[in-house]
Amino acid sequence: MELKQKAQAGSFESSDILVMVEPVEKGAGRLIELKSIVMQQFGEDLLKQIHANLDKFAIADVRLIINDKGALPPTVSARLETALKRAAQLQTGTLN
Amino acid sequence: MQVKQTTFKRRTMLYIPGNNPAMLQQGSVYGADGVLLDLEDAVALNQKDAARILVSHMLQYISYEGCEVTVRVNHIDTPFGLEDLKQIVPLQPDAIRLPKVETLEEIERIITVIERIEDEHQLPHDQMKVHVMIETALGVQNVYDIAKFSPRIDAISIGGQDLAADMQLVKANDGIGIDYARKQIVMAAKACKIDVFDTVFVDVENEDGLREEAEYIKKLGFTGKAIINPRQIEIVNEVFTPTELEIRKAAKIVKAFERNKAEGIGVFAVDGKMVDAPVVQRALRVLEMADIDVESL
Repeated sequence: MELKQKAQAGSFESSDILVMVEPVEKGAGRLIELKSIVMQQFGEDLLKQIHANLDKFAIADVRLIINDKGALPPTVSARLETALKRAAQLQTGTLN
Repeated sequence: MQVKQTTFKRRTMLYIPGNNPAMLQQGSVYGADGVLLDLEDAVALNQKDAARILVSHMLQYISYEGCEVTVRVNHIDTPFGLEDLKQIVPLQPDAIRLPKVETLEEIERIITVIERIEDEHQLPHDQMKVHVMIETALGVQNVYDIAKFSPRIDAISIGGQDLAADMQLVKANDGIGIDYARKQIVMAAKACKIDVFDTVFVDVENEDGLREEAEYIKKLGFTGKAIINPRQIEIVNEVFTPTELEIRKAAKIVKAFERNKAEGIGVFAVDGKMVDAPVVQRALRVLEMADIDVESL
């Protein structure tokens, strides 16, 4: 997946997660800033899940700014997928 | 085609906005018989993609134990509807709810698309049920033809808000403006032997009004009602659950029926009132709604 623009998905609501995506130059790697209200308990799991999702979409280089408000795994994956598709201009079936 | 029969009660179906993770993950804990994960009216136009993706992930993660799970998609002629079907149909929720269906041609076209998607994913056509919403005057006129189109349509419902708008009504709480439509839709459902759901009651604070409306639509023949707030569930469930007196009466009728059947008697009296096959049928339905096994009587 080729990222073309900045994009975001999600919210600061409880049980949600706000994901901001920014394209970076090739070779920059995955630059992830993660904040979570459950960082101590689930920070490692969250990061693992984020990397697994980036692997799934074959994204090696990206800047992610993530603020988690206690989202469950399906919400984390959904918000990340939405933000990435928006950044790649692949989102369909919505209005801007 | 033999379609899987529903095993859920359908007194209350709770609408849950498709882009709200907190509500989506808690949907089944409030006691509604079903959850309606909504991609349509409850989602802003610029969040349709986010809601669709979120609901897709939730369907694969949350079990919604004991609840019938229905997803309301956008109408196929909107920029969102086809994409909704492409994402949701492969996940095969218990049912898919189609809004604003107006004609036979339209339902035929939508079900063809659904079944094409199922074919692409090697899925059967007899598992996921289809619920059709009637929300316009034209839909009301065509409701019987729509409802009988496919055996996988196992429920229809009235969308009161959109119907009132289509009829240019200023809808009052008494529901007089949509009364004809309610009755027409119930009659079509009964003719097709399928379930029929009433529209939402929007005044969440007005619990007496909700109870009154639930009692009225139960008398009309509705199976249950769509709900927009968890606090409405208990009232509607209560209205649609048989009372102790109704259960005792039904049990008496069924027991008398079994006794008389063994003696070859078809029509008899219980407490001075004639009992024949339709009365027995209604009594059986009461026991079913009360979760009472006839064998145990």
